[in-house]
Amino acid sequence: MTDPTSLSPPSLETHVEAHDKTFLDANELVINMGPQHPATHGVLRVILRLDGEKVMGLECVIGYLHRGVEKIAEHRTYAMFNPYVDRMDYVAAVSNGLGYCEAVEKLLNVEAPPRAQYVRVILTELNRMASHQLWLGTHALDIGAITPLFYTFRDREEILKIFEKYCGARLTTHAFRIGGLQYETYEGFEKEVRTFVNFVRPKIDEYEELLTTNRIWLERTKGVGVISAKDAIALGVTGPVLRASGVKWDIRKAQPYANYKNFDFDIPTGENGDTYDRYIVRMAEFRQSLRIIEQAVEGIPEGPVMAKVPKVIKPPVGEIYHSIEAPKGELGYFIVSDGSTQPYRIRVRPPSFVNLQALDVMCRGAMVADVIAVIGTLDIVLGEVDR
Amino acid sequence: MVAKFKSQYGSGIEPLSYLGQNYMVVERSLIPEILQVLRNEEEFDYCVDITAVHYPKREKQFDVIWVLYSFPRNERIRVTTRIADGETLASSVPIWATANWLEREVFDMFGIKFDGHPDMKRILLPDGWKGHPLRKDYGILQQDNEWVQINLGIESGQ
Repeated sequence: MTDPTSLSPPSLETHVEAHDKTFLDANELVINMGPQHPATHGVLRVILRLDGEKVMGLECVIGYLHRGVEKIAEHRTYAMFNPYVDRMDYVAAVSNGLGYCEAVEKLLNVEAPPRAQYVRVILTELNRMASHQLWLGTHALDIGAITPLFYTFRDREEILKIFEKYCGARLTTHAFRIGGLQYETYEGFEKEVRTFVNFVRPKIDEYEELLTTNRIWLERTKGVGVISAKDAIALGVTGPVLRASGVKWDIRKAQPYANYKNFDFDIPTGENGDTYDRYIVRMAEFRQSLRIIEQAVEGIPEGPVMAKVPKVIKPPVGEIYHSIEAPKGELGYFIVSDGSTQPYRIRVRPPSFVNLQALDVMCRGAMVADVIAVIGTLDIVLGEVDR
Repeated sequence: MVAKFKSQYGSGIEPLSYLGQNYMVVERSLIPEILQVLRNEEEFDYCVDITAVHYPKREKQFDVIWVLYSFPRNERIRVTTRIADGETLASSVPIWATANWLEREVFDMFGIKFDGHPDMKRILLPDGWKGHPLRKDYGILQQDNEWVQINLGIESGQ
């Protein structure tokens, strides 16, 4: 039986032995970081191989937060599994719900009514901003700038208030239902969203004033954790990380879902694929989200918010893969139906899990302090990595 | 593309479509070649996902599925193959680097091994764990009690 303290790979263990034997010649050091480390944004363990302060390679040990979501899905009905998806990427629960509901709707061959589609887009984009705000605050905090955390959490609160007023929950919202929305929007929803958009637009400039030309920020992020477009594609990296490497690809544009094709917005890209560019891309995404929200609030039609969905959801036999652009990248659901009320298999393609795999490539040759910056810039949520 | 494949490989490939999504069921022996051709000639440069489904009543118990995407063509395709319990597949890490963790997860959850994988071991569950949880014969409350008792010092994790 394996002792949990010996989880490190054989290669590293043998290396430690070799290290002991030739102590004076040794120029590599194996260091364990985490799982309980504030900058790992959860419980991520990283085994670092160092030469002085330089990272020669690293290995991620994950699974500390594994709850077996995919196994649970096989023992729940389609509607019962809906709240579980919120618990994967818990800072972007609305996006998770959107992907899941749309995938099941596809299997059932129903489509949410237009009003529901608009409300979905508004809430999803608000959630994208909340997710990016949390990322910016904690990422800057990791690197040593404390103020952005207070700024972003102050403004994120306004988004969470809208969620709370809409569905009663702030984080794990369970906002959508298969076929549309459970709730009609509350009185004054559009007005509040408009007020929020006007409130937050100058705040984004405020974040940028703090960081974009800040000398320390530039030193800590420029040229750090570089990944080329070719490597990013080979490693399956998606989301802002891929776009910062110069690949102009966003599922909202490439294979539009919900009603994103009705909205006018750009895909921000970077050039260098470093931590700074990823920061710039996400800052630009804030503004694009605001554009989408503004258009959606203007165009929101009247009508029902729920399509005709049978009380007992029994999709016909078949399999489907549906993916959306979550704040962290491509979030996909592969669902196999055997014609019963419970899914035969649900596979979640988590963006954080696949993006985290690039950590090794991005950290090679960097300083040990940069590992923190790169973990932050990947914007991972361990709840989604481990599921 | 599918027609070309069909004429080239004959009965080894069965192209299908469901709800507008294309996928093909490929014989296990053809998998390495097909994946290579999809990557190099058909420009499916992004391996979105690798996963599996367990059908315990079938003779070939597992479906292994590759979800592929092509940036130049903006097109998705799924490749499915059926294998029996204990059969292995060739690793696609040399084709797509991202397959590394995805294949490890398939191994962890289903016990399907990939030949030539650089580091074929569990990823989400602890190394010493017994059983592969996403197999249908693995109960939802089942756990490796021995592992839990030795490593966590408690009677049961439930």
